[in-house]
Amino acid sequence: MAIDEKYVLKLYVTGMTPRSARAVMNIRQILDEHLQGRYELEIIDIFQQPQLAQGEQIIAAPTLIKKLPLPIRKFIGDMSETERILVGLDLRPKTD
Amino acid sequence: MAKRKANRPVATPSLAKLKKVLTGIEGLDEITDGGFPAGRPTLVCGNAGCGKTLLAVEFLVRGAQQYGEAGVLVSFEENEEELYENMASLGFDLRRLEIQKKLAIDHVYLERSEIEETGEYDLEGLFIRINHAVQSVGAKRIVLDTIEALFGGIPNENILRSELRRLFRWLKDQGLTAVITAEQGDGTLTRHGLEEYVADCVIMLDHQVSEQTSTRRVRIVKYRGSTHGTIQYPFLIDENGMSVLPLTSIGLNHKVSTARISTGIARLDAMMEGKGYFKGSSILASGTAGTGKTSMAMHLADAACSRGERCLYIASEESADQVVRNGKSIGLNLSKWRTRGLLEFKNARPTLTGLEKHLVTIHKQVNQFDPKVVIFDPISNMSAIGEGAEVQSMLMRMLDFFKSRGITSFCTSLTHGGDALEKTEVGISSIMDTWLLLRDIEYSGERTRVMYILKSRGMAHSNQMREFLITSKGVDLLDIYVGSGRVLTGAARAAQEMKEKQIDIG
Repeated sequence: MAIDEKYVLKLYVTGMTPRSARAVMNIRQILDEHLQGRYELEIIDIFQQPQLAQGEQIIAAPTLIKKLPLPIRKFIGDMSETERILVGLDLRPKTD
Repeated sequence: MAKRKANRPVATPSLAKLKKVLTGIEGLDEITDGGFPAGRPTLVCGNAGCGKTLLAVEFLVRGAQQYGEAGVLVSFEENEEELYENMASLGFDLRRLEIQKKLAIDHVYLERSEIEETGEYDLEGLFIRINHAVQSVGAKRIVLDTIEALFGGIPNENILRSELRRLFRWLKDQGLTAVITAEQGDGTLTRHGLEEYVADCVIMLDHQVSEQTSTRRVRIVKYRGSTHGTIQYPFLIDENGMSVLPLTSIGLNHKVSTARISTGIARLDAMMEGKGYFKGSSILASGTAGTGKTSMAMHLADAACSRGERCLYIASEESADQVVRNGKSIGLNLSKWRTRGLLEFKNARPTLTGLEKHLVTIHKQVNQFDPKVVIFDPISNMSAIGEGAEVQSMLMRMLDFFKSRGITSFCTSLTHGGDALEKTEVGISSIMDTWLLLRDIEYSGERTRVMYILKSRGMAHSNQMREFLITSKGVDLLDIYVGSGRVLTGAARAAQEMKEKQIDIG
């Protein structure tokens, strides 16, 4: 994987619930730490734009979708398990 | 006016009855005594391929088309395109309903392998989608088909279960009449125990194979706060969707007629007070092979058509042309009535389609053709496609349906040699109004046919036996010779008559 590959991520939350806020804070922190300057994070409130939830097959909230680099991957939860996210974003090799 | 109003008995405040919504599915509203519980979820469970999705979708389509209630279809299995195609084959145009804003479809798809759990979450995303779909069309009805798919997609079952409970409560709060489909589990109603959440009304669909024909069945397992039918009802899926038998709500409250119609055989009319059968009654002609049952049926058909009435002839052993040809040999010109559109034949072996389908197609044909007389020739071969009690209840429903329409029905039944004469194969003689018995008598090397009226409700009929002749000019009934302590028929009767004539002359 090229070191300067750009990450495109979307985080779907439901209004400003504590859980949503936590998810935003957690993911920002992880991304700033590991992907400083080479990520794009869009935060979408599906309360405001419910039609987007259908298009992206959102069921759980919060949901993070990694659009790029491929493959597309989904994370559900308040993004509190940093290790899992890093593995899922291919930023850390899977440890058994 | 005011005074008259005051005189009316004051209505006592009645107990609040469970509100129901009509499903619009043929027969289902009758067995549920008025449809599904309004504003509550109904669980429809069954094995794969038993018609759950169809029932659910038809509930939405009928709601949108017949009752002005928009609906939402949340599909967890089939996507929009698949649904369009699958339902088009049943005559439902889902796409058009979507355009007319009477239906919203949301395909919820999830792939577990793509999903990673990272902390706390809920299913608010699904709630928002459902709410959005409901709002977009102003839905009153909703279908979740099959929500159990979530169990394969959401890793944390505890979260899922608590969210499902929240979802069903939310549906109730919204006043949505919901249909939830679920796969049948091993020894349980549903694989994932959904009945725990949806407990108001549970409907079970089933598929059974007996005698190499498969029958779909529906049963109401429970219906809180309502009476309902308790037996397994067969149902069909055809190009018009689903239909559950009983096709009509059967009660013994049809109007009876005192009008009479001719049997088509003058001497037989004479045996029945000179007037013939009651209009709208059911008549059974039973007898061993070759005793003239079909000939009697043809006479009735001919008589009905000569009066300008339509007659439906259900021939399940002979082709239409064969019946017409045989009619010609006894002097009846049935093809004339056929070309004038008064006589219609329906030829189908019931074994081809199964009992229910056979009777439903008859039902449909009766609705279309609107006959005054229906002939079943014969009914005894129905027993080839179902078990005794089944066939009996089917025929009973069918005959009741005819009666409620004021249609005269004439059934022939073959009695096998060796069987008791006064017995019909399908055991329906007790529900018949008139029973004609035909039989052979062997006497001095000759076989002759005799006929008598075993019963005929509501009339003073003759109790005598008649010799039954099938001639090129039709059926004729002759008095049998009763004299010197003997019953004489055929040549013996002729000889005896001659003898008496000689005595008279002499």
